[in-house]
Amino acid sequence: MSDLLEAFRLVMATDVLVAIAASAVYGLVVGSLPGLSATMATALLVPVTFWLSPIAAVATIITASAMAIFSGDIPGALLRIPGTPASAAYTDEAYALTRKGQAELALGAGLWFSAIGGIVGTLSLMLLAPLLAEMALNFSTYEYFWLALLGLMCATLVARSSPVKAIASMLLGLLLACIGMENPAGTPRFTFGVAELLGGIEPIPALVGVFAVSEVMRAMASAEPPKLPRRRFGSILASQWTLTKTYQWPMWRGNFVGIIIGVLPGAGADMAAWVSYAMSKRFSKEPEKFGTGHPEGLVEAGASNNASLASGWVPSLLFGIPGDTITAIAIGVLYMKGLNPGPTLFTERAPAMYALYIIFILANLLMIPLGIVMIRLASRILRAPRAAVMPVILLLCAVGAFATTNSLFAVLMVGAFGCLGFLMERNGFPVAALVLGIVMGSMVEQSFVTSLIKSDGDVMPFFERPVSGVLAALTFGALLWPVLALPWNRRAKPARLKEETP
Amino acid sequence: MTTRRLILSATPVLLAAPALAQPRWPVRPVTMLCPWAAGGGTDAVLRIVASQLERELGQPFNVVNRTGGSGVVGHAAISGAAPDGYTLGIITVEIAMLHWQGLTELSFRNFTPLGLMNNDPPGIQVGRDSPHGDARALEAAIKASRPGQLKASGTGQGGIWHLALAGWLGAIGLRGDHVRWVPSNGAAPAMQDLAAGGLDITTNSVPEARAIIEAGRARSLAVMAPARIAAFPNIPTLREATGVDFSTGAWRGIAGPANLPREVVAAMSAALKRIYDGAEYTQFLASRGFGGSWADPDGFATHLAAADRQMGEAMRAAGLVRG
Repeated sequence: MSDLLEAFRLVMATDVLVAIAASAVYGLVVGSLPGLSATMATALLVPVTFWLSPIAAVATIITASAMAIFSGDIPGALLRIPGTPASAAYTDEAYALTRKGQAELALGAGLWFSAIGGIVGTLSLMLLAPLLAEMALNFSTYEYFWLALLGLMCATLVARSSPVKAIASMLLGLLLACIGMENPAGTPRFTFGVAELLGGIEPIPALVGVFAVSEVMRAMASAEPPKLPRRRFGSILASQWTLTKTYQWPMWRGNFVGIIIGVLPGAGADMAAWVSYAMSKRFSKEPEKFGTGHPEGLVEAGASNNASLASGWVPSLLFGIPGDTITAIAIGVLYMKGLNPGPTLFTERAPAMYALYIIFILANLLMIPLGIVMIRLASRILRAPRAAVMPVILLLCAVGAFATTNSLFAVLMVGAFGCLGFLMERNGFPVAALVLGIVMGSMVEQSFVTSLIKSDGDVMPFFERPVSGVLAALTFGALLWPVLALPWNRRAKPARLKEETP
Repeated sequence: MTTRRLILSATPVLLAAPALAQPRWPVRPVTMLCPWAAGGGTDAVLRIVASQLERELGQPFNVVNRTGGSGVVGHAAISGAAPDGYTLGIITVEIAMLHWQGLTELSFRNFTPLGLMNNDPPGIQVGRDSPHGDARALEAAIKASRPGQLKASGTGQGGIWHLALAGWLGAIGLRGDHVRWVPSNGAAPAMQDLAAGGLDITTNSVPEARAIIEAGRARSLAVMAPARIAAFPNIPTLREATGVDFSTGAWRGIAGPANLPREVVAAMSAALKRIYDGAEYTQFLASRGFGGSWADPDGFATHLAAADRQMGEAMRAAGLVRG
């Protein structure tokens, strides 16, 4: 109890509160700019933390990353430009809602369920950290292989186009993920002697290119879409309570899946959002509404996204193993500030640990008022003339791409991906599946090859290990589901037709 | 081509000449390039050094992360900058490795060394339930094992910790691939897999294994260094534990393009020495668990040549040399 009071005293210090407020605004702004990711927002904070007290330093990282992940949804919903690979899963859905004149519903859902996900994730961190960490340590490369494969299969579930085209896009993404020397053999592939390609294709320039740049190109090639009906931007939170009640079950499922995937190092928020969105569609009572501006998937994936962000801190704090790129940076800051990760952090430094929990909760609560302000400001963009918005987006894309490596190469890459994305969409290939392929490709390959190296080429461990076996069954189940369900669907269809005809 | 490059590289020198004629360098802000991403260990070292350089030399030292290409891009940018002292950077052990793999023409000869700042030796870690109590027992078990039977990890194929393993195996009279290397995306996933029971050994640095060791999930049996690490006084050196004298490490140092003016080298090496001895840098190293290692420009040059040779041998032993 005295530890908890001490923790409150630590958090209520002026410098900590100022740090939280400043980094919240910073995270919101950086995250909402297309091309600048949450990881970059966090990385840019590191030099600032040199001059802060330990609690204030960690508070800036926690707050900025949570805010940036949420505000990455804003350009996604308003302009169809996802801020992070995580929001790419449901960008089309949110944008469809905006085109239906329900931008406040889409953005409000992002905000409200992000905050809920963040808080539920924090509670899991507080109550279940040792248990979750134990689970994460049971995951070896065999389990990661199945997990990555399941993630890839989401491409077909999420896409609204034909599954064949979705698979083709995903395979193209996998091919692009082969570029570079970040592969198990450490051998350069498809680099054509270009040094910049040795590091492979980064997901961020690809994401910015296929979504943002191709969107700008489409705007140039097509006539201006009918203006959105001019009307007051409605209340942002009003409808969220109804959504929470209607989609309570998907919301909890999203939280749960987010926590589990977040705890596994290397999987992270990107995969959590994809898997949750796909699950939402699979188990929904009205899957045909998905992709047309239906909030159900946003609820589940939005919650999942932020829950995984919080639970990603479990392996980081207990074992110093980062759950994602953001916690990888945070671990460096923790060491520098004498808050060394490890079990002793939970026992000897308990007040500091409780202080971190309080900051997590505080950041997620603060997200709601600040997020509303941010959404109100950002929504003005819907009324701006398209001819003014598009050049600014292109400029932001170029700046964001340049910032990832400080070189012109990334800018060219974004341009190339823009052309690719434009051509793909013209022909009905979903670009989101391409991004998924690029994000998951190296994980699939790495876990498969290293597993085979470890087992001396034997494939049995993929099925023999208990967790691996369950995941394998899930994968094959999902793969064979359409075939198995075929006879059942045939029988069900005539019945439904009869119901529909009056 | 050569003439054009000569002219291009000479022009900034001529432009900067008046500034260099004055006794004081720098007279304007200096750019410090980092070949690795913001937020990582190399970035942290460079940023702490840059903030101190600013205090020592009275001009801003701005850190710019020029990442990509497994470090090739950033190293190339440092060596290709105008040698006027206004673009410097941090170089890492990869510069002694990449050219052996035929990935770049660049080697340590394309740089003016200014000061070695840090060196992290590899450790030898085993899981909690490993039957090997100390490094001697592990060495005996390795010698008794079939080639490829035991598995080790710590970084990607051909990475520094892979070479540490190959070098150690060579030093005990075995082939570099007697223990099979399982490539991983860095030390953290390798340590996780060690704790999950998927690996027998990891050879990443001790600070990278620290939290898992403190959680009681792994043990470090020895460090491949000439002396024990200050932050981990209980871990013996390889020589103390087994009598095998083999040491290597992942080092980082400040350098600039080749042919830097003498004034710049003198001013930088004096400032870097003061920073290295200062309380803030010492405290930084201790907090991150990084190993300190200082060498002045001449010492750093010797170190670079030796490291280049050692890496070449280890990579040949591991079958990684190309071209």
